[in-house]
Amino acid sequence: MDLSFVVIQALSGLASASALFVIASGLTIVFGVTRIVNFAHGSFYMLGAYMAVTIVPWLLQFDRSPTLFFVGVIASAMVVGILGVIMELVLLRRIYKVPELFQLLATFGVVLIVQDVVLKIWGPVDITGPRAPGMRHGIEILGQRFPAYEMFLIFVGPAVLGLLLLIMHKTRFGVLIRAATQDREMVGALGVNQAMLFTGTLFLGAFLAGLGGALQIPRLPANTGMDLSIITEAFVVTVIGGMGSVPGAFIAALIIKMLEAFGILIFPKITLVLVFLLMAVVLVVKPWGLLGKPEVASGRAVLPEGILNLKAFTRTEALVWIGLAAALLLVPVFGDTYKVKVGIEIMVFALAAFSLNLLIGNGGIVSFGHAAYFGVGAYAAGLLVTGPLKAPMELALVVAPVAGGLAAALFGYFIVRLSGIYLAMLTLAFAQITYAICFQWVEVTGGDNGVVGVWPSRWAASREVYFYVVAALSLTTILALRHLFYTPFGYTLRAARDSATRADAIGIDVKTHRWLAFIVAGAAAGLAGALYSFSKGSIDPTMISISMSIDFLMMILTGGIQTVMGPLVGTAVFHSVKDFFMPLTDFWRFFLGVSIIAIVLIFPKGIVGAIDSLRERMGRGPAPQPKPAGEAA
Amino acid sequence: MAPAIRIQGRFVMPKLDLSRRTMVGGLAATGIALSSRTAPAQGAPVRIGELNSYSRMAAFAVPYRNGMQLAVEQINAAGGLAGLGGRPLEIIYRDDGSTPGDAVRVAEELVTRENVTFIAGAFLSNVGLALADFANQKKVLYLATEPLTDALTMGSGNPYTFRVRPGTYMQTKMLVDAAKDKGVKRWAVVAPNYEYGQSAVAAFKRLMGAAVPGFEVVAEQFPALGRVDAGATVGALAQSRPDGIFNVLFGADLTAFVREGNTRGLFERRTVVSLLTGEPEYLLPLGDETPDGWIVTGYPPEQVTTHGHPAFVTAYKAKFNDTPRLGSVLGYVVPFMIRDMFNKAKSTETPAMMEAFKGLTTQTICGPVTMRAVDQQSTLGAWVGETTLQGKLPTMKNFRYVDGADVMFPEAEVRAARKI
Repeated sequence: MDLSFVVIQALSGLASASALFVIASGLTIVFGVTRIVNFAHGSFYMLGAYMAVTIVPWLLQFDRSPTLFFVGVIASAMVVGILGVIMELVLLRRIYKVPELFQLLATFGVVLIVQDVVLKIWGPVDITGPRAPGMRHGIEILGQRFPAYEMFLIFVGPAVLGLLLLIMHKTRFGVLIRAATQDREMVGALGVNQAMLFTGTLFLGAFLAGLGGALQIPRLPANTGMDLSIITEAFVVTVIGGMGSVPGAFIAALIIKMLEAFGILIFPKITLVLVFLLMAVVLVVKPWGLLGKPEVASGRAVLPEGILNLKAFTRTEALVWIGLAAALLLVPVFGDTYKVKVGIEIMVFALAAFSLNLLIGNGGIVSFGHAAYFGVGAYAAGLLVTGPLKAPMELALVVAPVAGGLAAALFGYFIVRLSGIYLAMLTLAFAQITYAICFQWVEVTGGDNGVVGVWPSRWAASREVYFYVVAALSLTTILALRHLFYTPFGYTLRAARDSATRADAIGIDVKTHRWLAFIVAGAAAGLAGALYSFSKGSIDPTMISISMSIDFLMMILTGGIQTVMGPLVGTAVFHSVKDFFMPLTDFWRFFLGVSIIAIVLIFPKGIVGAIDSLRERMGRGPAPQPKPAGEAA
Repeated sequence: MAPAIRIQGRFVMPKLDLSRRTMVGGLAATGIALSSRTAPAQGAPVRIGELNSYSRMAAFAVPYRNGMQLAVEQINAAGGLAGLGGRPLEIIYRDDGSTPGDAVRVAEELVTRENVTFIAGAFLSNVGLALADFANQKKVLYLATEPLTDALTMGSGNPYTFRVRPGTYMQTKMLVDAAKDKGVKRWAVVAPNYEYGQSAVAAFKRLMGAAVPGFEVVAEQFPALGRVDAGATVGALAQSRPDGIFNVLFGADLTAFVREGNTRGLFERRTVVSLLTGEPEYLLPLGDETPDGWIVTGYPPEQVTTHGHPAFVTAYKAKFNDTPRLGSVLGYVVPFMIRDMFNKAKSTETPAMMEAFKGLTTQTICGPVTMRAVDQQSTLGAWVGETTLQGKLPTMKNFRYVDGADVMFPEAEVRAARKI
């Protein structure tokens, strides 16, 4: 490796780092102030690029000057900033009071809507933007050519960093941003107009995302996959740097891109795994990221999000549920094959969602990567059945939960050491590592093609019989999990969720309990994954993808995380909505996004939560129940 | 006896249709009797279920659907499916959700609710493989139109699945055949890191290694799909000082790679061989950055003059006000294959349709296309040529149509892979 090559490769890394930082800085500022995990940040980035490939060529018609190019870039970013303001005013402002997870869900709804809107406006074909005038050429460095535009990009990152630091320290707006990042409640208590602050922050965040996108057009064509390809990377940068820390994001972007520039020389296939591996390592060593600080509110007693008053079924409720279960079991008798298929999927997803709610609703452990255990179970089953062993389905259904549990034990060991958003991000990192392994290790996992031929044993081959196999396994597992909510173990988990410090003080081993919950949930998800793969006949990495994890989150949030049975209703509703819109139109993602936002706005406690509050308001609350032993008022 | 009929069938189709009907009738009298009792009345359309990523892969799938609609219109205007008493052909289009799980559910819906005769489509290889396996399990015919993975006709192939497009191996072989005489020995390869990229590289190494003595790969780069770090990748490739570059990147990755490579002079004085780059879907976004003289597989819509192709371009432009893409060609070819299959099968029963597809030759705008019986892969080919700019329009020059029949897997290899 000669010197000139090392220099050029380092410059390439710097340019990419600089571009990434511009995007990530917006995300970290928005998170710091609003505490919203803004999935739509990637959409703003994409919109920035699309705006720029529209505005910049129009401007360049007048004069091919670098000035007009940058005027166009800034104008594009401004437009996106205004779109950010609109999102804040129309959507976010209405949901600051609802649980944080719902805000995440709403922003994901925005992602879906923007995807289809972009497709509608700009069409599906990639749009290549113009190169920056005056920067088409390469600069000779040590006998090698390096693009002038990349050289320019290297300076953009530090310039943006400098400007942001200036704003943060020299303007009132910036001081308020820092104050809110440290302690949002306190800023509110001091009489600061939070509405204005949040709107301003969203403008800044969206502007930076848009700027990042617009600056990409000489390097990348504007395309419809930009949003999701950048958002995970931007998350990783903000988490490694410490959520809310702008300098942290800068350092993190540098580390990631430099590692990548040189890492691919030794391991040419590593890119996808590298960033998440790095994030996992950083979070294990430094739980708040490189420059992040523990959340002030983390020691404060707040009203927890999740299951609060655990009630046993009233007679009516029990009858309703028994009726529903009976109706479900009759589907194969009256419905056609397709209904049976949808029924199987709903039961499988219900099991996965229910196990996730054991973590989230009951344990306060927000997992963004539940699909990892679902997928591990599926792959264990699939590879066992199709691999050299040619094991029967029965064995696979035993091994799958064990595999899911083992994966959960391994990942969970590190995950339960963290809390809050960092914990969520570590679950995401482990899920992405699992995904990358399944996606890229073609020899074993079949790569993105996956493995086909994962069908049930002969006796269960008919769809109807398999329906009852799934029904038996998933319903008993759900009942067993439900029982867990009511056991001392369930109460202990909720105690740890509501106040980890107090639980610790009375002698509860918080970490071990959480770890156990993680393993149980992982095992149940593993079983669900195996059942799902036998129903569709194949395994493939989409079962571990982020969107799968998000689907699970949507299911439990739709139903309501404050309720035990909510996830089941949520699964049925969510899956039906998707199934309803998909055959209707190419723009089904738009309608799915709108449905999600509607659910968040209309049922901020989820559907079952809404039913519960309605009944309370009508004064016909559930009849007083003999409290299970040990329940405190 | 059956093999004799099959061989005869390639040459004497009308006669074969008769003998096939008698043969199938004789072998499966009950099945046929059932079908004639439950078959819809004359004039009821024959429905095909077509799944594709219309939402996520719209750049390919929408022109593809346009092509299909055009062909179906023409077929029905010309009297529909003669073999089935002139019944019209109807295609039901559904989004496959771009994941195997969704696709299999949608396929189930098409089969049970929409009563489609068989299913067709898919863009992504994993979706195609899942549908193929679904077809095998449910004994439904599946016409895989687009998925490229070789597994579909080789290791994971099954009797119910037929593939139309030339797969990864076939397209790679076309390129190797076109480039091997340049005698380039030192190669660098760059491919997206997933099954398609990896198998294309494997095929390239194998074929080029066999064709060029002293062939060596001096650098390999496998950036993650959809997020190539173009600067670092170009730097790493240039460092190895290759004489030739084999590229499998496509879409946004390709555009980023080409821009970076152009500025840094990566492609200067080097032979570049690039898979799929000549397809308008991927070539047009390159704009004035289009490199000159890359050896590519693709499709130059305005320049093909054979087999009534210009008439297709005119009709397509008139109907959709857009030039056809490669997807449009594929979409246009497929319904004619389906029509000929029905005319030969004279039945909508799966076994009859499967038999009819084997060895079926269809006259298409790409020339005659035969569904090879041994791996159920069609001989649809591709255009191989060099990239160039005509004015501001990226297109291909020095191209020729390579018949898929010339680049298929050897039959012995197919038999070994499919275990037949």
